[in-house]
Amino acid sequence: MSKPSDLVQGTLDMLILKILALEPHNGWAISQRLQQISSDVLGVSDGSLYPALHKLERRGWITAQWKSSGNNRRAKFYSLTRLGRKQLEKETANWNRISTAISGIVKLKEA
Amino acid sequence: MSFEQWFYTLPLRWRQWCRGKQVDQELRDELRDHLEHQIQVNLEKGMSMEDARHEASRALGGVTQIEQQCRDARGHSFIENAIQDLRYGFRQLFRSPGFSILTILCLTLGIGANAAVFSWVEGILFRPYPAVAHQEQLLALGGTARGVPGGEPTSWPDFLDLQRNCTLCDAVFVTKITGTTLSIGDHAEVATGSIVSANYFDAIGVHPILGRGFEPGEDVGSNSHPLVVISYDLWQKRFKGDPQIVGKMQRLNNFPHTIIGVMPEGFYGTFVGWAMNFWVPASMEETFESGGYKLEDRGARWIEGYVRLKPGVSRAQAQDEVSAIGTRLEANYPATNRGRNLKLWPLWQTPFNNAHTLLPTLQIMTAVVAFVLLIACANVGNLLLVRSFARRHEMSVRMAIGANGRRLLKQLLTEGLILAAFGAAGGLLLAYWCRHALALLFPRRSGTMMYLPGQIDWHVMLLSAGICVLATLVLGLVPAFQARGIDLAGALKAESSNVTMARRRAWMRSGLVVFQVCLSFILLAGAVLLLESLQKIRTASPGFSTSRVVETGVSLVAAGYDAQRSKTFQDELMERVRALPGVESAAYARVTPLGYGSFSSTPIAVDGYQPAPDEQPSIDYNEVGPAYFATLGIPLALGREFTRADDENAPLVAIVNRTMQARYWGGQDPIGRRLQVKGKWAVVVGVAADSKYESMREDPKPFFYVPLLQEFVRGPRLNVRTTEPLQSISAGLLREVHALDANLALYETITLQEQVDRSTSPQLVAVTLVSILAGLALLLAAIGLYGVMSYAVAQSMRELGLRIALGASSADLLRLVISRGLRLTAGGVFLGAVAGLVLTRLLGKLLYNVSPYDPRAFGAALAVMTITTLAACFFPGWRATRADPARVLRD
Repeated sequence: MSKPSDLVQGTLDMLILKILALEPHNGWAISQRLQQISSDVLGVSDGSLYPALHKLERRGWITAQWKSSGNNRRAKFYSLTRLGRKQLEKETANWNRISTAISGIVKLKEA
Repeated sequence: MSFEQWFYTLPLRWRQWCRGKQVDQELRDELRDHLEHQIQVNLEKGMSMEDARHEASRALGGVTQIEQQCRDARGHSFIENAIQDLRYGFRQLFRSPGFSILTILCLTLGIGANAAVFSWVEGILFRPYPAVAHQEQLLALGGTARGVPGGEPTSWPDFLDLQRNCTLCDAVFVTKITGTTLSIGDHAEVATGSIVSANYFDAIGVHPILGRGFEPGEDVGSNSHPLVVISYDLWQKRFKGDPQIVGKMQRLNNFPHTIIGVMPEGFYGTFVGWAMNFWVPASMEETFESGGYKLEDRGARWIEGYVRLKPGVSRAQAQDEVSAIGTRLEANYPATNRGRNLKLWPLWQTPFNNAHTLLPTLQIMTAVVAFVLLIACANVGNLLLVRSFARRHEMSVRMAIGANGRRLLKQLLTEGLILAAFGAAGGLLLAYWCRHALALLFPRRSGTMMYLPGQIDWHVMLLSAGICVLATLVLGLVPAFQARGIDLAGALKAESSNVTMARRRAWMRSGLVVFQVCLSFILLAGAVLLLESLQKIRTASPGFSTSRVVETGVSLVAAGYDAQRSKTFQDELMERVRALPGVESAAYARVTPLGYGSFSSTPIAVDGYQPAPDEQPSIDYNEVGPAYFATLGIPLALGREFTRADDENAPLVAIVNRTMQARYWGGQDPIGRRLQVKGKWAVVVGVAADSKYESMREDPKPFFYVPLLQEFVRGPRLNVRTTEPLQSISAGLLREVHALDANLALYETITLQEQVDRSTSPQLVAVTLVSILAGLALLLAAIGLYGVMSYAVAQSMRELGLRIALGASSADLLRLVISRGLRLTAGGVFLGAVAGLVLTRLLGKLLYNVSPYDPRAFGAALAVMTITTLAACFFPGWRATRADPARVLRD
């Protein structure tokens, strides 16, 4: 259950980067946003979110800071680094290329 | 990884590494924050608090697992892993301190013995002169004589010719050990020094820190350059570090010398065995050497030296050139050089210093310490096997929760490395403490101690590190090998279910013990053989009496007596000595046999003897006074002793030994025949029995004697045959010497037995070292045997209990256990005896009149081994008899 087997490898990373590209978020906010965007279709469990975050941080694509999250609590806020932004561009382009190709194949009418 | 990536992640790694606890805490906070949000949401959905909490943690999927996944996602660097392994390893070792201490102790002994012997080999044989630049280019230089094995000194003119003509050597230089009694203020002390050629300091590349070295030409002439360079130690100890020392005068052998330089700290000259304290140029040779002015005498062979090869020149190339020069000298100067040549030796084979005498001992020691290391390793292997059994459960658990083989192996190797590193550190420390120990094994000689430092340099370190790595592999791989065979389910089920494993392990353990016993047996047999040799060599007769004869000397040369004064003094002293109570007879001789001095040597010719075309007979001889043969107890086969009448005015006479009689007169009576010595004819007046001259090990060799009065020396040795004990005779001698001249010093008075013992001290050193290590090996083997037997007893308590229940007596059980131990020993002894028959031959040169297959030595080793086995098995056997049948059967 922790590993989203039906999620294309790397998709979760791209989604996280995309979400953080808009503005910095903490873990909870990212998980909420993920559910909203993907309307529960992708079935990303919260369990796989945190290891993914730590992996991205380790790769230098996102960076974290402890900040106040309103109601007097400190939370770890993640934001995109320049490196992460580049990675997002690369992955988006890649994704577009593949999805265009795949949807082209899917749309082919059977002869 | 790009630079930018480093930029972002380096602080992260740094924090994770240094402040791991805080990073973990932050991870926990982050996840708790998420949970709290989720609980809040769930509560808002109307769940109860408990449900909300439960649902939230279910959604996240187990906090601990997530934490672990996050940690994994962050990744572990090699360093982090290693540190974790190290930390875990240390914890493991502290958990079983008994095992750890025993293992480290075994390794310390094993590695320490090796490092110590390596440091001796390095410091005595391979890099004996740490202060000298590029020692690897140095070769020892000496002469050879046809038909005489080993090296001989060479002559100064030969040296000069070699120096002029050698193109492959950067330098050819001379250094000859000498000694003097150094009186500074009212304190007199023996000092060792060197007679050197003027290029000595330049050739070795060591320069004085004060003043200067010798300049070209200062080694020419007769007593023409009374200069001396002193060692740092001498400067500090005897001259109190006087900064104005250069230019001061110091009397050496009663000849005023100008101190021109002080050598740097840590430079002790170039002689293995003794630390040099002063250096004088060869032009002062006759002040320090007996036998007069020799710098222009090609027949006077007294020189020892070295050559420094040009870079890239091999020893063989240099030897070819040197031999060619030697051959040319032989052709040009047949009278002195027939049958003689020059030879180069690598430093570790230097024939004229103690490298040569210690070589066989150190060779054997290298093999012996390797044995000790193997025995120690076998012990450690045994300990590991026991422990791997105890840790089987832990290993199984770790594999069950997902540790892969590689990770486990790394962990085990880390633990091995910790143990081996401690062992190596302890070993090096041990070697460091022992680096000067070799000299302590030699008897002191007239108050001075030998200088035989071990050298712990990077070669020794590297070797120890190599052993450490090997040990690590053994330490890690043995348990890893054991872990490989772990059947997960079986191991987790119960501790004692796996019978085959236990049996295999028992076999391995027994095998290791047999191996240990085998090695210890070989060492024991070797030690006993050496001990027998020592005893034989010490009790063998050198051909003269040793117990009731003492020898000493008077510092006439050092006190500056000239020949005439010396002659008068010798006569007066002899009269007084003969009058001392208990003195039966007394005689002077230039050299006492088996002593430190070397005999004169001369080319000879014999009437009626036709030497082979390439033979130039050259024979050692001794200058002895009247009553010499009576005093030393050397029987005369024919003819007469020298008398007072055989003086400088009488016809020249000589006494030859039996071997010389046989070789040059075909065993015929030589009395009245002529013998040419140093170009003059002498008449043979007697034939003396053969005796030992320079070494107890030498074969009978031709030798002759000439009267001291016909070839006078200023400072001969005095031999006294007496019935008095050593103390009183030496006090009497001192009294008589002082009665004649209060300023004279009497050298150490010793019995000739002491002299013989000193000459055989390398034997003593070999015996001591091998015995110590054989004892160590025996102890280690006994520990191994004890361990295996205790373990076997502990494992078979059930069987033993049953036997007791069925009526076995205590004696039966004891016999059972001990016979098992003896079976292991028997196996080891058998293998050891077989291997020993081959290996003891390696003792070769160190054995004296003892066969390497001597059954007594093997028997003695067997006896010691058996007693040790009995001792090692007794306690386990006793424990076996204490087995409580009721309890072991119930359990």
